[in-house]
Amino acid sequence: MATDLAPHSTRLVLDAPLPLDSGQALDRVEIAYETYGTLNADGSNAILIFHALTGDQYVASQHPRTGKPGWWSRMVGPGKPIDTDRFHVVCANVIGGCLGSTGPASADAQGKPLGMGFPVITIRDMVRAQVALLDALGIGRLYAVVGGSMGGMLALSLAANFPERAERVLAIATTARHSAQNIAFHEVGRQAIMADPNWQSGEYYGTGKAPDAGLAVARMAAHITYLSEAGLTEKFGRRLQDREAKSFGFDADFQVESYLRYQGLSFVDRFDANSYLYITRAMDYFDLAEEHGGKLADAFRGTPARFCLVSFDTDWLYPTSESRNVVHALNAVAAPVSFVELSAPYGHDSFLLDVPALDRVIKGFLE
Amino acid sequence: MTTLRPDLAVIAEHIPAGAKVLDVGCGDGTLMAALRDKRGIDARGIELSPEDVELCVSKGLSVIQGDANRDLAQYPDDAFDYAILSQTLQTAERPDLMLDQLLRVGRQAFVSFPNFAYWRMRLSLLVNGRMPVTRHLPVSWYETENIHHLAIADFEALIAQKGVKVEASWFFGRGRRFGKAGANWRAEHAVFQLSR
Repeated sequence: MATDLAPHSTRLVLDAPLPLDSGQALDRVEIAYETYGTLNADGSNAILIFHALTGDQYVASQHPRTGKPGWWSRMVGPGKPIDTDRFHVVCANVIGGCLGSTGPASADAQGKPLGMGFPVITIRDMVRAQVALLDALGIGRLYAVVGGSMGGMLALSLAANFPERAERVLAIATTARHSAQNIAFHEVGRQAIMADPNWQSGEYYGTGKAPDAGLAVARMAAHITYLSEAGLTEKFGRRLQDREAKSFGFDADFQVESYLRYQGLSFVDRFDANSYLYITRAMDYFDLAEEHGGKLADAFRGTPARFCLVSFDTDWLYPTSESRNVVHALNAVAAPVSFVELSAPYGHDSFLLDVPALDRVIKGFLE
Repeated sequence: MTTLRPDLAVIAEHIPAGAKVLDVGCGDGTLMAALRDKRGIDARGIELSPEDVELCVSKGLSVIQGDANRDLAQYPDDAFDYAILSQTLQTAERPDLMLDQLLRVGRQAFVSFPNFAYWRMRLSLLVNGRMPVTRHLPVSWYETENIHHLAIADFEALIAQKGVKVEASWFFGRGRRFGKAGANWRAEHAVFQLSR
């Protein structure tokens, strides 16, 4: 399933086995990526963009499955805040993903899909893979690394673990560790997938049955966390869906139900359930302070990078207090850091949507 | 540098190149940008207004959005050579505690503030019997951010009580800079350079 989801992407196979935090290693790791703009002669204009949980490498190009424009095409392109006339932008599918990079749907040495045989990976493992990609592409030091949500975690992890690799670190709507609430919501999603009989202990590839119902429910639950209550109220209120009165049944009477069902159903066309399990696990394991002896400031001690953190006032998934934790840690080690909480009505998803102030901050930070 | 307010200009003049500086309530980053562009000083800022922080970031300045009443506590001791508080002391919840924080995170501090004992203020209050609204303090009492009006003499009493040392002071009125004599009458605003 994974390999044919990304027919147009460039792929690269890493020469060396990729060591993982679990102690295991992954052989012949394949990474699917997209690039935009031209790398200059001294390789100093590269920006790596990390995608979020259900994002992909098609940051500014048409998604091969959905036909939709890239997930951040409002931000990345010629003359856009991340200007591809000026910067060479790289965006790769994370390992564990399902858009061409090695993940649970990839085949083992015998040609059989790995399924649950794929090792549990971490945010740092995903970063390691992409640093190896940069090595292969001949990109030493990034002009900037940029990411929102999980992409922000990856950006912070890169800054902490490979401090020489990025001059600027821009982390949006993110956190340095997953909270109990974050883990709880992910667990609901995973349980929905694993409770679907079609999941078949993860061995559903080639059976003609996939845990689409479970994955759709996982997406529905998660999608609520990406929106704000005010946003939902404004968009849907208690309005009914294509009907004059309640049906006194369990059809999607309300617009919000219909919307969520649509979100769930359309998601299964572009995402693999096992990838959802593995990537949410990696996010739940993420705790940058824990990796560095329990003190977040130690993760950034001596960092040569400039940082910019952005949060949104309606984001309750990774609220402003989480960004402030990172800012305080950076202040404690005297790292140059900017931080702003922007006002936007869309909740966590604000980083993907029309928030002109975010465009200005990103453009300004990359000047 | 020509556009700097007189109090900012005097602060900028007295910060040596290479110093580590925190501008508390940095606004749109005018002083920080001047310090960087004229002196190569990498200043940091704190500012409450998101619009101003956005402007600062777009100038390439390192500014965090935050409330100086609370967020100064997050910085380690001696993090900066100079902490700057320009025209902000009178807006602090507790100006005395903010001074403590300034001189904890900075080895020295520059503090500028409007002088409520300026003679036109006194006269206005005496003659009109109402809280003065002047060129320097143009906002009515009910909507002003200045919740702790002070006179130069009040400030001097506070720092004397704290045992804080005055390294230098400057006084301004009607666009002119003058000496210490009669400053509590004559000055519209003052700048103090303090050390522990």
